[in-house]
Formats: sequence, structure tokens, C-alpha cells
Amino acid sequence: METILKVEKGDTLAAVRGLLKGLLESGAVDLLLVAMRTPRGPVTPGMVVDPVHLSSADPLAPVMPSNMATLAGKLSVRQPRAKIGVVMRACELRALVELVKMQQADLTDLLLIAVDCPGTYDVATFVRKESAQPGVPLWPGLFKTASAAPDTPDAELRLACRMCEQPAYDQAQISIQLFAGDPAQGARVRLTDELGERLGLEPVGVGEGEKRLEKLVASRSAQRDAEFAAMRSRLEGEEGLQGVFAACIRCHNCMTVCPICYCKTCVFKSAIFDHEPMQYVEWARQKGAYRLPADTLLFHLTRMNHMALSCVGCGMCTQACPAELPVGVVFRAVSQRLQETFEYQPGRSSEEALPLVTFKADEWSEVGA
Amino acid sequence: MSEDGFEPRIIAFLCNWCTYTGADLAGTSRLQYPPNVRIIRLMCSGAVDPIYVLKADLAGADGILIGGCHPGDCHYQEGNYKARRRVVALKEILKSAGFDESRIWLRWISASEGSRFAETVREITASLKKMGPNPMKTEWAV
Repeated sequence: METILKVEKGDTLAAVRGLLKGLLESGAVDLLLVAMRTPRGPVTPGMVVDPVHLSSADPLAPVMPSNMATLAGKLSVRQPRAKIGVVMRACELRALVELVKMQQADLTDLLLIAVDCPGTYDVATFVRKESAQPGVPLWPGLFKTASAAPDTPDAELRLACRMCEQPAYDQAQISIQLFAGDPAQGARVRLTDELGERLGLEPVGVGEGEKRLEKLVASRSAQRDAEFAAMRSRLEGEEGLQGVFAACIRCHNCMTVCPICYCKTCVFKSAIFDHEPMQYVEWARQKGAYRLPADTLLFHLTRMNHMALSCVGCGMCTQACPAELPVGVVFRAVSQRLQETFEYQPGRSSEEALPLVTFKADEWSEVGA
Repeated sequence: MSEDGFEPRIIAFLCNWCTYTGADLAGTSRLQYPPNVRIIRLMCSGAVDPIYVLKADLAGADGILIGGCHPGDCHYQEGNYKARRRVVALKEILKSAGFDESRIWLRWISASEGSRFAETVREITASLKKMGPNPMKTEWAV
């Protein structure tokens, strides 16, 4: 069913908080995982058990300190566990679906609450913008631009967001469709009939559904294609991957913040890469000189091999990179081709097997012949 | 470019049950083939982690051969099917990242196909002599 949450004085956030309060008080969930304002101001993921703390919940704040799929995974991966409502963006929910396939999350006791996302700022930019105008929410302007002028988004939004062509997730039990109409007038919500009844919500006629995203998706796809074209010409030209990642300092932040990179010990941090002194010397002798730390390109190419099929383009990698490398654009550009090859879309369905974990007896029959 | 004396170096990851045995048969049959291949034996082509292939490529190996049982004949039932998908994925990644993926070969060679092994090495060596050395040989900032 679909309903419209009443919004008073343009305070959509209060309406969303009201919905979340209903979920806690009706016992639909034991607790919520949602972005929260800490007592000192910045936004961070948090858990809420007592509805009184929902006054700190702010899932509309346009910032993504981390991809919450990882956290939702930790809270759901094993029994015993509680029933948890997770309030996340499309890229986080799609990553969560991928984590389910990698046995790092379980959807059974999770209630997925998707929020339409107009894009986010990186953490430092978000803090700066909020300090410049304390108390003034940043999300209304972003939704207005996304609807009225999608081709000219705020240039300070993360690039990953400006090229994100999946700003909404349609497979959650609850989806808060803030791109439908004017969120300051009313928030359209699509949810299961069972939940709608439980929360005592008034059904309304079906809205435009996915059509609410058409213009924005078209605009974002064009931006994405332009970024891919530019990056591909860098990768295929003189610069190459070596050039694009020349300033990589091997901090591994990109891997750490990536929701798909779930290994507790990355192979690059394991004994396998604990090289003997003479190995370094021999490699240097072979080539005459040798960049250190060793295996930088190998790290990025291997990470592509391990996660590119499940890359949802959230851009946490770029946000975390201290050398400001365009990690996300490179990985998305490679992922696009790779996902096309396997006709695979990460996050599309938790029933769909990961391409490298399955096979057909008769496929690519020309390979190896 | 055999005029300038370039001898390609091929690193071959061969599965124990089929290709390695096939290579052995080439030897016992006294078949002649170029000495450019360096063989590494694994139990199955499905045990070839793409990271080995990448490491060899980035270190400057001119060609990399992965040899396994024909589809349907894997000693471990499914290893070669997975290897096939891994090779497809690896090549697509290299291509999309602007790298030359044509230096990586996957060939199904059974234990009885000694001559197919010899022919494969001949084919790859000839192809690499035309392609020239792997530019990664002199790329020290990888």
C-alpha cells in the first residue's frame, strides 16, 4: 500500500521520525539502525531502542560517514539476534544484498527501510556547510535541485552521487519516496499492507512509482557515462592505471571502507605478502629499480577481481582516500564492463548467485578450446 | 622479433591430472617444442587464483598459460568451470583497466594430448615473439 505522511511546517524529518517511532512502539522491530546526530553535532550511524532518542535520528542528513550495509551485516549475521529496522540509502541496501550472498548478513530478521537519496557531501564538506548555516537542513535544497534541475547538481556533492543512477531502492519493505512530489508538503511512503495496518496509516492511490526518478536517472546516467569515458581514455592512454594510481600510499582505506571487502584479514595484510628481504632485492635487480611498498597495482587489480562484480558505486573508497585518487570512478568503470559480461547487477536480487560462485556447463565454450 | 634474440618467457599453471600429465607425455614422446615455458603444477585449474596470474603479468612474464582438463572431465568435477569464469572475469578486468589481456591463455589439454600441449607452447611462443616483450618488464613503479 502507499500512504502520505503528514508533514507540518515543512518538517519532513519529523514525519519520518514519526514513522520510525511507530515501528518501535508497535513492536514491528526491537530496535532501529539509523543515522543519528550525536550530542555534539555530526551524523553517525546508531542504534535506537528507546523512541525518545528518535529526536536525534536524521536519515535525511546528506552525508554518508560509512556504508551502513557493513553494520547491518554485523547486527544480523548470526543468531541470536533481534528484529532490526535498518534505515538506509539505495547503495547501502544493494550492498547489503551482496553481503547476504557472501554470508556476511541475513535479511530474515531485518526490516528494510529505504530512503530516496538526492546525494551526499563528503564528511568534511558536510561539517563545513552545516557550520556555515547552523540549524538549516541541507537536504531540502538537494531534493529541489534533483527534481527541478537534475543536470546542474550541487558541484560539492560527492562525484559518486552525481553519477549515481540508482538513487532509490524498490525492494524494501518500506520505501520513503521523497522524490515523489514535494517532500515539504507530504512524504509518500510505500510499505507492505501488514505494516501499513500495524502503524494505522491511511492508504492513498498509487503514485508514479519509478517514474518519479526518470529525469534524475537520465541526468545521472549521462554524467556517469561522461565520467567513464574520461576515465577510460586515461586508463587506455599513456597514463594508464599506473598513472591514475601513481600517488597511492597503500593505506588500504579504500578496502577498509568498502562494504563488499569483508575479509577480516585482507590477503595483502596476510603472511603471503610478508615478503623476504631477498625477494625485494631480486625484484629490484630484475627491473633495475622497484617502487615500494611493493605490489600497488597488484593490490588494486586484485581488489577488482575480488569485489568489482558486487560494486554498487557508493564511492566510500574515494571519500576515504587521503591521496584523493578517483578510486570509485575507476572501480565503477571496470565494474560496469565486468557486470555486463556476466549480465549481473549487484543488489538486484538476493536469490541471484554471485557470478564467480556459479557456472553453467555450456557457456563461453570458445574459451579454452 | 626472433631476429633481436627475444625469447619469450611463458609461465604455465598446469593442472596435475590433465595438462601437467599431458606435458609429461609430450616429454616421454620426445616431442620437440620451444623451451620457453616454465611450468608450475597445481592440483586443478580451479586452484589457479587470479592473483598468481596478475603477479606474473606485472612482474613481466611475457605470456601466461593456464592449462586444465576439458569441461566435464575435471578430476574435482567443477574446478575447470570455475577457472573458465575466473579467466573471463580477469581478462575483462584487465581490458577495462587499460591492460593488455592477450598475454593470458586458457587451454584445455588432457593427459593424452601431449601433442596438443607441444602445439600450444609453439603457438604461444610464436605469438609472443610477434608481440614482443611484456612492457611490464621495465615498469618498476607497479
